[in-house]
Amino acid sequence: MAATALERMERRKAWAFALPALLWTGFFFIVPFAYMAAISFWTRQGREIVATWTLDNYIAFFGKAHFFKGLVVSLEITATVTVISILLAYPLAWIIAERVPKKWQRFALIMAILPFWTSYVVRSYSWLLVLSKGGVVNQALLWLGVIAEPLELSANRTGTVIGFVHFFVMLLTLTIYANLIQLSPNYRRAAADLGANAFQTFWFVVLPLTLPGIMVGAFLTFVLCIGDYITPQILGGNNELVLPQVIMLQLGRRADFPMAAALSLVLMVVVTLAYIACARWLKMERT
Amino acid sequence: MTKTVLGGLSRRMLLATAAALTLAPAAASAQDELNALVWCDHTDPALVEPFEKANNVKVNLKEYEGTGAAISIIEQSRPGDWDVLVIDAVDVPRAIDMDILGEMPADKLPLNDLFPEVRMDATTTKDGKVYAVTEKFGYNTISYDKTKVDPADMEDLSVVWSDKYKGRIALYDYYLPMVGLTAVGIGKKTADLKLDDLPTIKEKLFEMKKVARQASDVVASQTALATGEVDIVVGGGEWLTAGLSAEKPNLDWTIPKQGALRWAQSIGVFKDSEKQDLALKFVQYIVSPEGQARLATSSCYWAMPANAKAGEHLSDQQKTALRWDKQPEYLKNSQLYPVADADMDAAMQDIWTETLQQ
Repeated sequence: MAATALERMERRKAWAFALPALLWTGFFFIVPFAYMAAISFWTRQGREIVATWTLDNYIAFFGKAHFFKGLVVSLEITATVTVISILLAYPLAWIIAERVPKKWQRFALIMAILPFWTSYVVRSYSWLLVLSKGGVVNQALLWLGVIAEPLELSANRTGTVIGFVHFFVMLLTLTIYANLIQLSPNYRRAAADLGANAFQTFWFVVLPLTLPGIMVGAFLTFVLCIGDYITPQILGGNNELVLPQVIMLQLGRRADFPMAAALSLVLMVVVTLAYIACARWLKMERT
Repeated sequence: MTKTVLGGLSRRMLLATAAALTLAPAAASAQDELNALVWCDHTDPALVEPFEKANNVKVNLKEYEGTGAAISIIEQSRPGDWDVLVIDAVDVPRAIDMDILGEMPADKLPLNDLFPEVRMDATTTKDGKVYAVTEKFGYNTISYDKTKVDPADMEDLSVVWSDKYKGRIALYDYYLPMVGLTAVGIGKKTADLKLDDLPTIKEKLFEMKKVARQASDVVASQTALATGEVDIVVGGGEWLTAGLSAEKPNLDWTIPKQGALRWAQSIGVFKDSEKQDLALKFVQYIVSPEGQARLATSSCYWAMPANAKAGEHLSDQQKTALRWDKQPEYLKNSQLYPVADADMDAAMQDIWTETLQQ
């Protein structure tokens, strides 16, 4: 009985410690989220927002091609960015973890994350200047005689992807690096003892063991990329709209909060599905 | 326990001083601060500082983009939080219907000095009462780099959906002027636009999008034109290029033969403002010839002053950049934004979103 009382006290203490976090989450996430979900079933009639329960906004999302295309474009860009970022971040993380001397690794990481220190908007506008027709890249290629006409590197999907990749390579580098340095060298020694060459060791031993780092980074990339508005707005030239841009259009002058809320909820469902897939995969990996 | 007279006096003096110190700033701030919800052109210190100094007040400016954003801010505020509102002229009736604007005395505003075409009594007044006054206007038309395109081509709007400048055009990313300008381009009156007209307009917008390099907001359009990314901005006007005239004399704007769209912004006083007199004084300053010249050439963007007497305060260079002398002709050849009901507004936004997704 005494043990039960102690357990009850411990449980109460645990709740007391968790309470501030629970209140915070409740007030600043659950309540606003529930409110947004409720608004998504309301409608904008004339100039008024009417609190009537209807699926009109969701029907419009699936019924109007320009809304649905926003999601498709978002998914395509996010998938492209995630894959390219992984392909670039892995070698970078590997070089920092394996080739850079220990004393220089911290410096190398700081260099890698240096772009995070600047404003996101400024960084995107900087890319616009770099990628423009008269920008550094085109001017250099023209000067070298590699191209005769400037390449269209901005105001299109290429520009958006480049802007995103620059940002997310850094993020993925950190998660993969954190995974790589935890790997015991004994794994590679054992593989070599068993006759594996360098490629086989990497492919069958190192890569599978660093997949959790890749997955965590890929998930973060997915979430941040699919919800981003600034980079496509500045670098994409509005030649196609991602879902966050479509959401912003609903708000701008018309203040159609119900439609914007419905589109945001769709975006949230996609992110949640990605999270579930990622979490299940990581759980399967552990078992 | 004894209490000395000196001690009592000192304590009373201390309390009085403390009370004075506590209350004085509060009283001063209640009198001397004005909260204005504005467009970015009002945030130029060159515009606001003379008013602040002359009246010993501090004007707190909150900048917003899009009427939707303003309404959202107002709805989240308490009555009395805001004193002055700057709003798209076509949205003044919306603000009047929301009952957020107070009546202003017509005899204390220089209404007769405004260009007659931009007085817009139909939108700024209701039942004979003045709720807002037009403070600035401009055109959604064509801005271009005259060293890269043939200026004669810019006199015909149809060039922007032909192949002649394919890949060298930016479209201003705002559905209302773009739908309106396209309507003007194909010979429709913006005031008469109906839902039935939208399919034809959409077709033209799609053609325009095919030859355009990008659709972009104000900053990106201006940057694209200034850096040579594009040579033409459809939907641009003096507000896009006039402010750059000193550094970039190659940039110009015109109104083609089909005409252009005219936008206007208005200023009014919040009904619940507790500083009605000071707020009105600010409005009077903004629409005075001096305030108008400063507003017209604000660092955020230049555009035409609504008060025709502002010309006295503009330099020759500023007048040239604004095409001051051509105003009578331009005012005649321009139409107002489509004043749409909610359904029409939603339909226009839909066709613009479809255009962007092409």
